[in-house]
Amino acid sequence: MALIQETDYGTPIRITDKIVTLIIDGEAVSVPAGTSVMAAAMMRGTQIPKLCATDSLEAFGSCRLCLVEIEGRRGTPASCTTPVEEGMVVNTQTERLADLRRGVMELYISDHPLDCLTCSANGNCELQDMAGAVGLREVRYGYGGANHLDAPKDTSNPYFTFEDSKCIVCSRCVRACEEVQGTFALTIQGRGFDSRVSPGGMDFFGSECVSCGACVQACPTATLNEKSIIALGQPEHSVITTCAYCGVGCSFKAEMKGNTVVRMVPYKGGKANEGHSCVKGRFAWGYATHKDRITKPMIRKKITDPWQEVSWKEAVDYAAGEFKRIQAQYGRDAVGGITSSRCTNEETFLVQKLVRAGFGNNNVDTCARVCHSPTGYGLKTTLGTSAGTQDFASVDDADVIVVIGANPTDGHPVFASRMKRRLRQGARLIVVDPRRIDLVKSPHIQADYHLPLKPGTNVGMINAIAHVIVTEGLVNEDYVRERCDLGDFESWARFIADERHSPEAVEDLTGVPAADVRNAARLYATGGNAAIYYGLGVTEHSQGSTMVMGMANLAMATGNIGKPGAGVNPLRGQNNVQGSCDMGSFPHEFSGYRHVSDDATRQMFEAFWGVPLQGDPGLRIPNMLDEAMAGAFKGLYIQGEDIAQSDPDTQHVTAGLAAMECIVIQDIFLNETAKYAHVFLPGSSFLEKDGTFTNAERRINRVRKVMPPLGGLADWEVTMALSNALGFAMHYKHPSEIMDEIARLTPSFAGVSYDKLDHLGSIQWPCNDAAPNGTPMMHVDRFVRGKGKFMITEFVPTEERTGPRFPLILTTGRILSQYNVGAQTRRTENSRWHEEDVLEIHPFDAENRGVLDGDLVSLESRSGEIALRAQISERMQPGVVYTTFHHAKTGANVITTDYSDWATNCPEYKVTAVQVRRTNRPSDWQARFFEEDFALKRIGPDVDAAE
Amino acid sequence: MPKLSKWDNVRAQEIIAAHASLDGPALPVLHALQMEFGYIPNDAVPLVASILNLSRAEVHGTVTFYHDFRRTPAGKHVLKLCRAEACQAMNGSEIARGLLERLGIGWGETTSDGTLTVEGVYCLGLCACAPSALFDGQPRGRLDQEMLDAVVREARGA
Repeated sequence: MALIQETDYGTPIRITDKIVTLIIDGEAVSVPAGTSVMAAAMMRGTQIPKLCATDSLEAFGSCRLCLVEIEGRRGTPASCTTPVEEGMVVNTQTERLADLRRGVMELYISDHPLDCLTCSANGNCELQDMAGAVGLREVRYGYGGANHLDAPKDTSNPYFTFEDSKCIVCSRCVRACEEVQGTFALTIQGRGFDSRVSPGGMDFFGSECVSCGACVQACPTATLNEKSIIALGQPEHSVITTCAYCGVGCSFKAEMKGNTVVRMVPYKGGKANEGHSCVKGRFAWGYATHKDRITKPMIRKKITDPWQEVSWKEAVDYAAGEFKRIQAQYGRDAVGGITSSRCTNEETFLVQKLVRAGFGNNNVDTCARVCHSPTGYGLKTTLGTSAGTQDFASVDDADVIVVIGANPTDGHPVFASRMKRRLRQGARLIVVDPRRIDLVKSPHIQADYHLPLKPGTNVGMINAIAHVIVTEGLVNEDYVRERCDLGDFESWARFIADERHSPEAVEDLTGVPAADVRNAARLYATGGNAAIYYGLGVTEHSQGSTMVMGMANLAMATGNIGKPGAGVNPLRGQNNVQGSCDMGSFPHEFSGYRHVSDDATRQMFEAFWGVPLQGDPGLRIPNMLDEAMAGAFKGLYIQGEDIAQSDPDTQHVTAGLAAMECIVIQDIFLNETAKYAHVFLPGSSFLEKDGTFTNAERRINRVRKVMPPLGGLADWEVTMALSNALGFAMHYKHPSEIMDEIARLTPSFAGVSYDKLDHLGSIQWPCNDAAPNGTPMMHVDRFVRGKGKFMITEFVPTEERTGPRFPLILTTGRILSQYNVGAQTRRTENSRWHEEDVLEIHPFDAENRGVLDGDLVSLESRSGEIALRAQISERMQPGVVYTTFHHAKTGANVITTDYSDWATNCPEYKVTAVQVRRTNRPSDWQARFFEEDFALKRIGPDVDAAE
Repeated sequence: MPKLSKWDNVRAQEIIAAHASLDGPALPVLHALQMEFGYIPNDAVPLVASILNLSRAEVHGTVTFYHDFRRTPAGKHVLKLCRAEACQAMNGSEIARGLLERLGIGWGETTSDGTLTVEGVYCLGLCACAPSALFDGQPRGRLDQEMLDAVVREARGA
């Protein structure tokens, strides 16, 4: 294996049908029109010296190193800013050019430290390479003149340094921050000799920088460099893999020294991210080798006992023995499993296979229960498939972007950068969110309409928008007639045209001025290609599924499905939550969303697996917990989930867990749920195994092993061992064999194989005979279900009501630097940006309660009480407070309730009636948490016994 | 010199908002702020950024690019001495050095009594009367040591 070197064409590649032929250094070369001379030369393998150019950025023309001669033109134009022309004759190497380039390099080097041997960029420095390329042998100006060699170093960012003395002011970092990331946190300060790169006249950590790494990536010298490179030196080989954070699914090069990751570099060939990254994937991977990793299997009889380290065999045999005992004692259905949206498709498939075939029941569920289960239900009902309709690239063609209940700049930052680029190009933006998220207004981005609705009124809002479209004659009738079920459409149109759905009628309900709703609806219907992007603010409601169907109705009515730049697009939360759903993680569905009661499908699985399977759906997670409380559910195998922190109404969850007799946790850390576990099986991080993740655009990406599993076994091997111990044999030598089985049993994956993934890079399902290379866009000529189905979406208010005791609404969300339950990011330097969960509260509500910024406040709901710090914020509307659930000790889900989506049980995380008051101590739950955090996590010989 | 207001966030926001709808509003806004307050303090940067929907870094970059935008208040009077070629040729450097030595300040600095700020400029287009300067916006030509001392006395109200 070697270090993967990606070609840098210097300027962006243009895609057009028009081809231009020119002569470069005597040889004809044909390239797309609009290509620069520099890129055209690189396409034939000629690298013109350059410093300020790189192909992720538009040409800038400042370094004056890439000069060329063009016959018939005066002077020596810069090849980066000169587009090719038909018949152009270019010379890239002449004596005159060599002299000019050497002269330019002399100027650069006259103000640059000559410490190449000890420099952190040694071995990966474009300045050094260019000095070599132009044959620099002396600097006639000497080194004694005015210079910047004593400029101070900024080490404030935890992951990279800014060494100003090495800066050649090429502006690549400034442009990367603008063009690629869209944050505009860097500038050139001053002018002339005083020009320096600056994060706005302060240090990086205190600046607007979001630490995405685009500037570090773009820097041609050691000026912006990873601290890990400074500590470890240059990597020697790299492996292309997929990030294990959010549902964007960025491709990275894991750059390695032996088994040690030196850095993660976003891979330009990755179709989800095209060379961009965020602070999590780019830098926050240190958790993988954190000292908290549990690498030895452990068991204990009671949860109050300390954990005992045992061999893999002993742990697996004990777990299997317990499951068998429980099933013998309490019945076949007394056990179940939870698959992980952080594990690979192959691992998820094995867990549900173990449950269905090994346990012999359908008691398998996954964390998508608590996030996007309404997406699956709603989109399948209306359109026919349980996934988003577009690829990410589609946003480049959107004219109107509607963001509903999603916060892409924090939750899906790499896609947000792409969306922001399109917005800067002029696409219009509608944001439907109770909170003023960054997209509503941030540098160079401003929403045309922000509809700050009251939490819990989504369906009222979407109905009002649809009402405007139907009653103002904005329906795309040709599309509806051709593509949709007309009977359903007509009854929906009659329903929605009723005056009670008008923006005026629901104004009091949603709290949004009717005129804004009308204007936004008109913009959506008439502004060109209109794309809806949504997140958990849509799904995590008592009417989550209704809202998903409401958005699908809207898109169908305006003809915005089946073409680029349109669609209904869920921004999926976890790296493989799409995949875990695809793989049959739900109690009612086999892989590919086929119901367990479907005899033909079930018989196919029975024949292949050689065991009888149940035709009735099993238990969902909340049902498992309820049944545990009722004494009928006793054993649970959980792979890579932490339901004690992530699921709503924590005290109900932990009571259910405590009522079970055998909980097997397979995880990389001793998480909150493990406090209630009896067997701990060490999990493996994404760096330690082969497999695939499927992102929010249905893209199947390869995960590749770069180091051996710290605990000795990859997760799929652990599930296999457990299954074998249970008596249901599994024998796979490699995850590719599991994928072969998935492909064989799942029509939408029929054409997927590791060979094809290696060849194509990634595949968007469905991939089968009809679409051998996958399907970037769904529902192109017809809907998957045949005719699009309009659904009636009556607004039904949630039963969770505010009142005198609980007058405020709590809604929950995410922040950029932390991820989900924080098990990974809390074990990285990312916590420096977000050390604790805080309660965002509007100044009006704060003043009413005498709460000052930074005060400790009690947050109480009908479910429980916690204490956390208040942050007074104009982002909030009066009456609504907001927090995150990234820190276990905060216990945000102690507050949330058991209410859930009517169709899928997805919890209503986004609406909880609460009261806020000042306090001076942690809540009772938090005090107990700190005690149990010690008592239920002890490892090794019993300390009390030893004493 | 025009009467300058003390820095005031609310007034600054009004000024910025009044120019925000212009095409390319950043420079007119910065000029207006300097006109009102005599300088553009650090506090102005986030205000301008927020109202014009720019990043703080962009505003910082713009403010620091133009030497005429002050980051601290100037003295009561401002003398801009030309340091360009024609004035240098006419002994401008010598008389400037002498003045700064006598005042005990460097280029761009203000005397300790706050009366006079001396700045360098690069060509006022008054080469025919070199060495030349602007004193509180008014041209002065064919300068020598004595004339500069007279300017200082004038600044100090003597």
